[in-house]
Amino acid sequence: MASLRQIAFYGKGGIGKSTTSQNTLAALADMGQKILIVGCDPKADSTRLILHAKAQDTILSLAAEAGSVEDLELDDVMKIGYKDIRCVESGGPEPGVGCAGRGVITSINFLEEEGAYDGADYVSYDVLGDVVCGGFAMPIRENKAQEIYIVMSGEMMAMYAANNISKGILKYANSGGVRLGGLVCNERQTDKELELAESLAKKLNTKLIHFVPRDNVVQHAELRRMTVLEYAPDSKQADEYRQLAKKIHENGGKGTIPTPITMDELEDLLMEHGIMKKVDESIIGKTAAELAAAAAAA
Amino acid sequence: MSQNTEHVLDHFDLFRQPEYVEMFENKKKNYENPHPADKFEEIRDWTKTWEYREKNFAREALTVNPAKACQPLGAVFAAVGFEGTLPFVHGSQGCVAYYRSHFSRHFKEPSSCVSSSMTEDAAVFGGLNNMIDGLANAYNLYKPKMIAVSTTCMAEVIGDDLNGFIQNAKAKGSVPPEFDVPYAHTPAFVGSHVTGYDNTLKGILEHFWEGKERAPNGKINFIGGFDGYTVGNLREIKRMFGLMDVDATILADNSEVWDTPADGQFRMYDGGTTLEDAKLALNAKATVSMQEFCTEKSLAYAASKGQEIAAFNHPVGVAATDKFLMEIARLSGKPISAELEKERGRLVDAIADSSAHIHGKKFAVYGDPDLTLGLTAFLLELGAEPVHVLATNGNETWANKVQALFDASPFGKGCHVYAGKDLWHMRSLLFTEPVDFLIGNTYGKYLERDTGTPLIRIGFPIFDRHHHHRYPVWGYQGAMNVLVWILDKIFDEMDKNTNVPSKTDYSYDIIR
Repeated sequence: MASLRQIAFYGKGGIGKSTTSQNTLAALADMGQKILIVGCDPKADSTRLILHAKAQDTILSLAAEAGSVEDLELDDVMKIGYKDIRCVESGGPEPGVGCAGRGVITSINFLEEEGAYDGADYVSYDVLGDVVCGGFAMPIRENKAQEIYIVMSGEMMAMYAANNISKGILKYANSGGVRLGGLVCNERQTDKELELAESLAKKLNTKLIHFVPRDNVVQHAELRRMTVLEYAPDSKQADEYRQLAKKIHENGGKGTIPTPITMDELEDLLMEHGIMKKVDESIIGKTAAELAAAAAAA
Repeated sequence: MSQNTEHVLDHFDLFRQPEYVEMFENKKKNYENPHPADKFEEIRDWTKTWEYREKNFAREALTVNPAKACQPLGAVFAAVGFEGTLPFVHGSQGCVAYYRSHFSRHFKEPSSCVSSSMTEDAAVFGGLNNMIDGLANAYNLYKPKMIAVSTTCMAEVIGDDLNGFIQNAKAKGSVPPEFDVPYAHTPAFVGSHVTGYDNTLKGILEHFWEGKERAPNGKINFIGGFDGYTVGNLREIKRMFGLMDVDATILADNSEVWDTPADGQFRMYDGGTTLEDAKLALNAKATVSMQEFCTEKSLAYAASKGQEIAAFNHPVGVAATDKFLMEIARLSGKPISAELEKERGRLVDAIADSSAHIHGKKFAVYGDPDLTLGLTAFLLELGAEPVHVLATNGNETWANKVQALFDASPFGKGCHVYAGKDLWHMRSLLFTEPVDFLIGNTYGKYLERDTGTPLIRIGFPIFDRHHHHRYPVWGYQGAMNVLVWILDKIFDEMDKNTNVPSKTDYSYDIIR
């Protein structure tokens, strides 16, 4: 128990957070680590590749059926997947109703009280998108995740989200032990992606822990609801995840307190790398006709 | 007008004056779209049947009159039991007004407690600023020695992190860094007031014990749990420990703050477990809880520190008190005093004196899990039949314990336990399987009116009778009080039933 490491994956929605985390955790399991995955996304897709399942029954859906969380047993909610990885999904309400953040709090409290973490080397939280409310910040509270890994890409919005998550971590880092473990860039093949990711990492006072190249084998594995590690263990991509897993394993206690930047600084960063051009203030708010007229006059 | 300044009518009489009677009738006729009286009676009668009872017990998605309160109420109850401690509820003001009025109505004492006054902006942006300002204000205005923080639903739903907030507030200078601010998350929509008591007590113990080295001594920690008789009970416990010369620390001792004298001085804080004692309690040999279901996490925590633990279920009566005192004697190595043995004999004598009246009487009991266990055991000991035993905040473990009491007594045959049910279920039980008496809190008054079952007020809250909280129900003397309350009601009913002159007074009614 003393050596229990708790980590969390955060990142913009659709960035490949669940795919990256499951592949990495499968690689950690290959290294002999005992893993527990706690999915904190109402979509409940944080464990499908490990379990070969569409979507796992979530704590909250089971609780709603049973009447309350107190009526649940650990065995009801925990499923065992690839290499004995234990999986739970917190779940949450349908879009437009209720409070998903509270769902995360309820689920994590339940797991802790039921002793779900006993005997695990790693607990990994997979958390939806941005840090949007106190509930989604639950995994970064005191005595929860020690390091946060932010999955991002070279896209503007993914970097914006990474910066925002750093702000969330900073809030808790001063009062507790949570640290930013690093950025994981999931290649989107945008321009100068590696450089951009590296400079963002530098600005945020962290490092780019791994650059995961794009490879179709990931999609092939996903169609079969498998991790690449299981589907094609000899592939180059499987090796990439192994490297990432090894880096995370060796990164224990090496996290940093992030230094989030302002929106202007973020834009400057994009301009520095030529991704964004400096905006010509004289054209702001002008219609095409107006611009054409101005051009003709000149 | 029926009201004039020379002769002011109380509301008891005022609303019976003809103009009010007429006004109520018109209101009903013109605005309430009432059903005819016979239809009304027909439905009312139907709700008394077995058919309705079965529908009522099949109810899934509705609770009517739950016999429980919410976690933060228990949090405040535990917090005021420490020296100079101000309970601070992180959440909206209305909640805190409820805890304060609830305790004030029961104990007839002011109950000091503050809120962080979260409003809409705090719900959107988080309540950190409320914590920062709130702690600073509470510390400067009310000069507490400790501030114990708990939460309401609102702070819990938005996920405010107390640990982080309190550290941030300290970093901003709201209170000095070394000032004691223990905390507990107490979402009102989970568990009940007994859960809140447990979480808060554990939070306070963790605050004082975590990271400290334990140097075991021979002392005993005593926890009363959430208890409407806390004033009388804790004093009785101290008296009994004194008689046995037991060296004990009463944790969360709120017996003084809820019974302050009227001598011209307002005491915002009074008595309570000293902070020093709370710290040193880590070294105790054992922690004893009078209410197992109020202290599940706190006891587990004490056990994790290497202490022996012992848990009781609100012991009332001869056998239950015997068991409690023998355990105290074993843990402390001190014999049970001769004085206590004498008190025991007196209680046995009193029970024997009144046995003819209590034996075979049927009772319905509701309340908190431990209290109902204690009362059920006592009723069985008296030869009475606790036919319906109900706890809204009781779980399966509780129900099994009650069933075990039934099974161990010839009077438990035909008795049933109801976990997680409410007072509307109890109403069906009282109509379909009537009993002689109902034991419960003030809210049982509605059941008494509705079903005609005489109510014996034992529990929390008791708003409509005064000063019962000053009497103990623990120890042999406490059991004597419970015996007397039960007997008083039995005799009152007997008298009511024989009070028509030259018609029903055929016995010599002066002696019972």
